[in-house]
Parts: sequence; structure tokens; C-alpha cells
Amino acid sequence: MNTAVEKSRAIGREVAIVHADDVDQKSRFPAETIQAVRAAGLLGASVPQSLGGLGASATDLVTMCQNLAQGCSASGMVFAMHHIKVASLVRHMGQEPKLRAYAERVVKEQRLVASVTSEVGVGGDMRSSVCAVERSESGFSVVKDATTISYGAHADDLLLTSRRASDSPAGDQVLVLLEKGNYELEPTTTWDTLGMRGTCSPGFKVRGKGPLGYILPTPFSEIATMSMVPYSHLLWSGVWLGIASEAVNRARTFVRGEARKRPGFTPPAAIRLAEVTTQLQTMREHIHAASAEYDELAARPDGGRDALSSMGWALRINQLKIASSEAAAAITHLALGICGILGYKNGSPFSIGRLHRDALSAALMINNDRIHTTNASILLVHKDDT
Amino acid sequence: MKDKIRNILREHGKLAQDALSLLDEADLYQAGMTSHASVNVMLALESTFDIEFPDRMLKRNVFESIRAIEGAVTELVSGLSSKPAGAR
Repeated sequence: MNTAVEKSRAIGREVAIVHADDVDQKSRFPAETIQAVRAAGLLGASVPQSLGGLGASATDLVTMCQNLAQGCSASGMVFAMHHIKVASLVRHMGQEPKLRAYAERVVKEQRLVASVTSEVGVGGDMRSSVCAVERSESGFSVVKDATTISYGAHADDLLLTSRRASDSPAGDQVLVLLEKGNYELEPTTTWDTLGMRGTCSPGFKVRGKGPLGYILPTPFSEIATMSMVPYSHLLWSGVWLGIASEAVNRARTFVRGEARKRPGFTPPAAIRLAEVTTQLQTMREHIHAASAEYDELAARPDGGRDALSSMGWALRINQLKIASSEAAAAITHLALGICGILGYKNGSPFSIGRLHRDALSAALMINNDRIHTTNASILLVHKDDT
Repeated sequence: MKDKIRNILREHGKLAQDALSLLDEADLYQAGMTSHASVNVMLALESTFDIEFPDRMLKRNVFESIRAIEGAVTELVSGLSSKPAGAR
């Protein structure tokens, strides 16, 4: 696994960073980085070794996300979202032979998987769907009006949430796999944003179909609680840690340069550097503690079923998302203050603009206010008595 | 006790069907109970039965069916709270 983490570091430093500004300026897919990720076999990282994958832990994946995002935030986010989906798939596909065969092909063919959880008409609530799966003897079909599909036009396959059947309530959802060739995407909106421009996440109308075996046997409510929410918050945090680390690196280099100009005088920005590295450490330690806890719980004989379905865990992982998303934007902002006008300018070795714009997306990917509302509700019954 | 639980579910569970006609084993989440609704169900249960669910009981499977809720409430009402709850 160390080899795979090392590979991600090399790709971040040698490929992602080279194209990051171009990806940002043109709001284009980071094709070079994802190609390098494929060549290194990293799209299969979260697939268990028994199915040919690398069996990466959440902690390993967090570090890989950080390494890629340090070079290019969008590349890190594409990698994160792919593995959030693949980890959810492999943890909840059971013994369904079609899905197991598919997981093997994710590794062999290095297939890129995108997520279709958003939908017009549910008010941003991932746990509700309007669309419904239509079943017949030959398979299923579904039509979904998605408000956003990150790298939708560049993915091989899609994992899509939908109501279980046309008479199911909005919250009774299943996760279905749509393989390339079995779906059509019709763009409905564009993606011209402040940051995270390379994730290429416009809205699409999706029309898809598949064999019945491509409907995951586990209800989506359970997949979300046990895997998708924790993996999202952990891997996104890894991406944001990469962005924040890169901003602090640039600030550090800037301050060192100032110090060398006048040996004997501590540059005024040095005290801000001391402040921002403290924040970065807090952020890093929080993320690593949470990923280590997740890996420990998931390794239990019940797969973490008992502990991960508790309100205490939900509260903690939600709080991680809020804390790391706020830390990322605060840290890039401080780094901008340290690098000053050279940080404000684009194209300097100390530019912070792209990093700061990318970091601002963190609080909006599932809006922090929505998460605070959920936590506020949990706190009405949670006693912190364990 | 089941009648009281059914009435609480009818009032707070936001279920797609009438809680009074639900089977004891029916999956309440599949019947439309959201996480938010489940908190209101918990609050109403705590108030109605004068109990407090400890954190170890605040998990999905403890509230997934009328039977599971009945088991948890019975355990707390009878004071057998050292017994592990919610084990499948």
C-alpha cells in the first residue's frame, strides 16, 4: 500500500501540479492526472485484494486524495468521488455475482465511476429521490434529472440513487449501477464556477438501464450511513487538507525567502506562518484520528454495522466535515495574507488565488448549514454518556 | 405498549402508511421514516415512557421496527439497562 501512496505523491508533484492552472483557467477535466492515476492502477485502490484491487484503507485513501489535491484540487476531488462510490459499492454489493464481476473490472479496466445523487426537486437532500426504478423481467430502467454530476461527461460508469419503485416513499432508495453504453446524458446546465472548475459538474438528464443484478441489494439508507457519508467526509477532508497544505507550503517558502533577504530580522509574516501551521496541524490530526477510527470500526467482525449506525458516530463524522471545510478556507485565507500581493497575483510561485477559490467550495459541498441542522437534531437526544 | 408506540409513530414518524396498520416487524425506514423523523420519535418515546435512551441505544436498528422499539423501551422501563441493546 505504501507503494500506491507513494505513486499518488509522485503524480501530485509531477503531473497534477503541471496542469493545475490550465485545468482551472479552462474549467476542463484534469485528463493528464487521471490518465496517470489509471496507469498507476490507483482507480482500483478501494477494491478488496480478493477481487484484484489494492484493498486500501480509508486512511490510505485520505492520504492519496491529499497528495493529488496538493498538486491539483480538481484531480484530488475526482479521485475522492470515484473512491467514495467504489468503496460504497464493494462494501454493500454482497454476493451479487454481477456486481462482484463489475468490481473486478473496475480494477482491470481502471474504470472511472461518477456519482448521481443530486436531483431536481428534492431540495438538496441526498436521502430523498423523485425518480423511481422501473423493473421488468429483462432488467430495470430509470430517468433522473440530476442537478449536478461531477465529471459526468468523462466517467465510464455511474452509480445513481433512485426510489426503489414507483410506489415507494421518497426516502426508500436504492443505488443502481449504470454502465457505459447503457445510459445517455443530456446536459441541462453549465459549470462555470468560482473554484473546483476542473471537476466539470454541470446538470444532466440521465436515461439509463441495466440488469436487475445491478441494483445494489443493500438499501441506500444503510449504504449512506455506513459508507457513503463517512467516506465522503473523510476523502473530501483529505482533498481539503491537500489544498491547505499546498497554501501553507507556498507561505512557508515566501517567508523563508524574506528571511534570507535580511538575516537577523524575523520577517513580519513569520508570526502568521506560525499561526497557520498550528491550524494546519489541528486539521491534519482531526482528519487522521477520524480515518483511523473509521478503519478500526470497519474492521470489526460486523463490518462496523453496529458502531457506524450510531448517532454518536454520525455526529462525529459530520463535525469532521464542518471543521475541515472551515479550516481549509481559513488556512488558504491566512496564507494569502502571508504571501501578500505575490499571493494575490496569478502565475507567481506564491499564488494562493486558485487554492483559496477551490477551498471555498468545501463549506458548500453539502452545505454546512444543512449538516449543522442535522447535528442540532441529533443533539436533542444524544447525551455524550459513553 | 405497542399501541402507544404506534400512536407515536403515527404522529411523529412521517410514515407513508398508517402506523396503526403496520406489522410489528415492518422496516420503518423503508416505510418512509427519515433520520430527522426518527429523532422526534425518540423524543416522544422518552417523554411518554419517562425514559432516557443512552447513546449506545441511539442507533439505526434499535428504531427500525415496532418490535425493536418495544424491546428497547421494555429494557429501559424494567431497568435492565446493563443488557446490550440492539444486537442483531
